Amino acid sequence: MTTRRIIATCLILGMSLPMAGASCSDKGQASASQRRLTVGSKRFTESAILGEMLRLLAEERGVESTHQRDYGSRVLFDSLVLGEVDAYVEYSGTLKQAILGGEALVTDVELRSALEARGISMSRPLGFNNTYILGMHRDRAVELGITCISDVAKHPELSMGFSSEFMDREDGWPSLQARYNLPQQDVRGMEHDLAYRGVADGALDVTDLYATDAKIEQFDLVRLTDDLHHFPDYEAVILYRTELNDTNPDVVANWKRLVGTLDEAAMTRLNVRADTDRVRVAVVAGDFIRQALGLQVIVDDESVLADIWDRTHEHLEMVAWSMLMAILVGIPLGIVAAKSGAGVAQSILGAVGIIQTIPALALLVFMLPIFHRVDQVPAIFALFLYSLLPIVRNTFAGLRSIRPELRESAEALGLPAATRMRIVELPLAARSILAGVKTATVINIGTATLGALIGAGGYGQPILTGIHLNNIPLILQGAVPAALLALIVQGLFELAERLIVPKGLRLTRHR
Amino acid sequence: MSLADDSRAPAFELLGVTKRFDRKPALSQIDLRIETGKTTVLIGPSGCGKSTLIRLLVGLIRPDEGRVLFEGHPLSDVALLTQRQQMGYVIQDGGLFPHLSAFDNTALLARFLKKPADWIQTRVEELADLTHFPRDGLRRYPLQLSGGQRQRVSLMRALMLDPHVLLLDEPLGALDPMIRAGLQADLKGIFQALKKTVVLVTHDLGEAAFLADEIVLMRAGLIVQRGSIRELMDNPSEPFVTEFIQAHRSPLEGIGG
Repeated sequence: MTTRRIIATCLILGMSLPMAGASCSDKGQASASQRRLTVGSKRFTESAILGEMLRLLAEERGVESTHQRDYGSRVLFDSLVLGEVDAYVEYSGTLKQAILGGEALVTDVELRSALEARGISMSRPLGFNNTYILGMHRDRAVELGITCISDVAKHPELSMGFSSEFMDREDGWPSLQARYNLPQQDVRGMEHDLAYRGVADGALDVTDLYATDAKIEQFDLVRLTDDLHHFPDYEAVILYRTELNDTNPDVVANWKRLVGTLDEAAMTRLNVRADTDRVRVAVVAGDFIRQALGLQVIVDDESVLADIWDRTHEHLEMVAWSMLMAILVGIPLGIVAAKSGAGVAQSILGAVGIIQTIPALALLVFMLPIFHRVDQVPAIFALFLYSLLPIVRNTFAGLRSIRPELRESAEALGLPAATRMRIVELPLAARSILAGVKTATVINIGTATLGALIGAGGYGQPILTGIHLNNIPLILQGAVPAALLALIVQGLFELAERLIVPKGLRLTRHR
Repeated sequence: MSLADDSRAPAFELLGVTKRFDRKPALSQIDLRIETGKTTVLIGPSGCGKSTLIRLLVGLIRPDEGRVLFEGHPLSDVALLTQRQQMGYVIQDGGLFPHLSAFDNTALLARFLKKPADWIQTRVEELADLTHFPRDGLRRYPLQLSGGQRQRVSLMRALMLDPHVLLLDEPLGALDPMIRAGLQADLKGIFQALKKTVVLVTHDLGEAAFLADEIVLMRAGLIVQRGSIRELMDNPSEPFVTEFIQAHRSPLEGIGG
């Protein structure tokens, strides 16, 4: 009777939440002639704006499309080759130097044929060249009369801070130093954000920049001309699967209208709008298409809510599956520990205790080499391990704290051990077990925000992106729902307690 | 049931039973027959082994040496559950399951054995009348009952399947004197009405004298003497018996003159 209610409640908590989200996520199926498209983008604002433009231009042609964000360069290119993504905006330098770096491609013709061999077509450049450049604060540059990189060589006292990536790249600091014969000694690698700030407030003189970086305007920096043409070109081009020329020719034509429309100044302005002015990426992209191309595109106003809904769905899925596993494994483990001698009990409690001492982030990252996949599975498994301790410990404690005379009374009645567990011991321990499940769930909801770090999505995604972009509203889009969810779940457990904890245990003693 | 048909065997028989806790003997080489149909009271000072003995009878603990026979058969792992269902066991306050109502506590074993619901209903009400437990209290939970009512429910639960023997370990030990006196009288009535084999543990000689057909006086893990209260008073086997009886004389006896 009571056990059945416990199981039922577990199932409700465990199953219904992810199901609730499922119905909304698959929208209509693609029609045969105009198949549904997926465009991709990388983990920074410019790429997201360009990705959003591709999506809006496809929708303008009546083709339903989705925009998958936050890819790494390598993964995004591979997804395009595999057909999981249909198009995205890439930089010619990234293709030549990094992604296809092994093939020593020099000219665009060579690049184009290397891509054709993979079933991928490349548009002509959109206009801007988002190359690496060096930058200084405007006041400092004017003061020293520096306008190009050759001028930097004349001031050995200048201090420099570069992004770690720039310190390591083939076209980065070491080759730049050799090319321009730069004498500076004070050169440090650091977080790019810190380097910007260092230059802005005078702690550093020079840092590396992207040519269209919004921070150039934000921090009033000037670009130093690459007068010896050291840096390769990073021209933005649209990559798309060649078969789209047949299946969606009008979409491809629409995309190609972007060619030549975006120079550095225009792209920088868009980046500033999104990064500094906090205008949503979709709105920035939509406004540009309307003004520059004269096309009517509709930016879905509900996309913030839709975003939160998707994140909620992902988050609940992680929490629900990991908790379901933790309950199904944790309660039996607690029972075994409670029914065993000190040795077995100590090893069980010790083992789950040790898991808990591993920092959550480390545990999540350990899962990557074990599972070799980037989706929710590694995160769910890590969260499952992380949720065991409260459940095992409270099941153990709840069973061990049953008064011995009650256990003996059940035994003396002549009930078999399994029956005693089911109708006497588990109900008596129900309150403690439920408290353990509640603790585990609330911690789980918080810890699951870290799942975004290993590709599991959820509320951690906007938090993570928001931290990258220094975008507080975006951070709140993840943090507030996560906190609310924890409170709601806390409330649900109070209700569940009324269902699960037997009435006789919730009374106060009669006097 | 075949065990019950063995009418010649005593209800319980202990043969050379020794039980130690942490190497200290709680019972030493006990031989004891408990006759069918009589009320046997185990009595003695704290730590004499009387509770250990009754727990051995229920099979909650095992002897280190010797054997315990129930109706001529050893308590065995195989038969223990069935054997226990032939025993009703009542302990001092605390034996009722707090998550079950008085009715559900009483009906627990019968339900497990899949007795029909209407049979259970009739039987519980019959027992409530027998033990003078109010029928409208059956829906209540143990925490909503008084100490005396809880012991009546414990007794109902023990009697539910009409067991061959009734084992009571200090059943009235936690009750205040007025309630205790009332329950003692009720217990005596019930024992006489049911004519069951009863084994009762108490430290109260008055209670023993009131309820027992036979008293087993114990000290330090040994049986000192057994017999009726009269025999213990008139023919003490050793000075301890007289001392034990003297110690229970009420100070009030001297006041009335």
